Amino acid sequence: MLNGSVSPALPGAALRGATLADEAALPRETAESKLSVQGLSAWFGDQRVLHDIDLEIRPRQVTAIIGPSGCGKSTLIRCLNRMHELVPGARREGQVLLDGEDIHARSVDPVLLRRRVGMVFQKPNPFPTMSIRDNVLAGLRLTHRLRRQDQDAVVEGALRQAALWDEVSDRLGEPGIGLSGGQQQRLCIARALAVEPEVLLMDEPCSALDPIATARIEDLVHSLRDAYTIVIVTHNMQQAARVSQRTVFLLMGELVEEGETSRLFTSPGDRRTEDYITGKFG
Amino acid sequence: MTATRHTDREYEGELNRLRERLLLMAGRVEEMISRSMKALEQRDAVLARRTIVTDGRVNRDEIEIDELCLVVLARRQPMASDLRFITLALKMVVDLERIADLAVNICERVIDLSERPPLSPYPDIPKMAQLVRGMLRDAVDAFVERDDARAQSVIDRDDLVDQLYHHTFRELLQAMVESQGRSGVERGVQLQSVAKYLERMADHITNLAEQVVFMVRGQDIRHAGKLDVRSG
Repeated sequence: MLNGSVSPALPGAALRGATLADEAALPRETAESKLSVQGLSAWFGDQRVLHDIDLEIRPRQVTAIIGPSGCGKSTLIRCLNRMHELVPGARREGQVLLDGEDIHARSVDPVLLRRRVGMVFQKPNPFPTMSIRDNVLAGLRLTHRLRRQDQDAVVEGALRQAALWDEVSDRLGEPGIGLSGGQQQRLCIARALAVEPEVLLMDEPCSALDPIATARIEDLVHSLRDAYTIVIVTHNMQQAARVSQRTVFLLMGELVEEGETSRLFTSPGDRRTEDYITGKFG
Repeated sequence: MTATRHTDREYEGELNRLRERLLLMAGRVEEMISRSMKALEQRDAVLARRTIVTDGRVNRDEIEIDELCLVVLARRQPMASDLRFITLALKMVVDLERIADLAVNICERVIDLSERPPLSPYPDIPKMAQLVRGMLRDAVDAFVERDDARAQSVIDRDDLVDQLYHHTFRELLQAMVESQGRSGVERGVQLQSVAKYLERMADHITNLAEQVVFMVRGQDIRHAGKLDVRSG
């Protein structure tokens, strides 16, 4: 399942085989879609922000979601791990299937779901009172008790995957908040990877970073894509063009166009996509 | 379909300037073809020399348009049809500059021929020149109006130029075989070169038209059905 230079963060098979309802049954991958969004609509109170979205997210590829502010990009990815429902007054209709399983089924535990579908946010948010090491382990400690040596292996594995190990290995006990912005964001990615997710959702992960830190995150995305299914929301079209294999264009809550990134940015099929990516909007 | 404009007016202005520069360059090249053919018909070495001088301006156009394209690429990171437009511009200047060089080559032959006794007229050569000028004008119009049908009509006319070239080639060959002495052969070779330069111009204009089709449709029609699909 995992290959190339990316290895699983967790030692042994401690957490493998996790499913939504329990940790036993379903296959971890399907050939075509990792996530299948079917007729998805979402509301905040009376305001409808997503309209009947159908979308297939392919496994072990990077899918970028682009579109103008307020088009529903963040809402869409927040529906993929049921974070949308945490907002008071928010609701949705339609289905999201993870490996063919409805993530909104009654039997699904949202905490376990979010371990399989991890998320990295716009602003780096390491826990301010925790050390670098404890930040990496924070998510894992919610559900598991690990021996010290297993913890060490998880910390090293996750930090290596997040391309941060060489920079922090000699100061794991120092506060995570003391790192630079780019390092903090990679620490948050390490924290998300430590629970060994299958899908990584990234909501504008570079918007607060300088170009060098952005390049490091993008390089990291390249190295992670063989092992994880990644969905990234970005305002930066050049970033979408650089990091993704497929791109989704949303406009006013509707999915206008989805396709191979190299085609969509050179010969988009829909006039609205053309106007948006060439800057002819508004 | 309503033409939409870029939200960033400075960017819109840069693309418009680039378009205008390309049109000016194409106009200069078309003028060079006309003057080189007029010089040939009238055995006017002075006009041929003046035409050769204008090639320097076309060379400067090539360099300046290249620079403009690089600046737009670096500063704007164009996408979709804008990206196709910039790549078209980068290729278009190369073809236009080559066409201008071929007009210079014709002028050089004209200078040589004007010092020798006249040959009997070969009407297919002016016909070729007329076709080539029309192709260039239509390719440029197709570019300005984003008219892929007109660009396709330019591509289709390349075969006519080829036919006229082959006909002229055979006629001149026959004339050279029948000519008395070296001078007749030399003049025949010079005129054959003129026909060859016109035929090469039509090839470059065909490249331009294919690029216009790509810019408008986003579809690459070069070498259609002729690409080698062998693996390994």
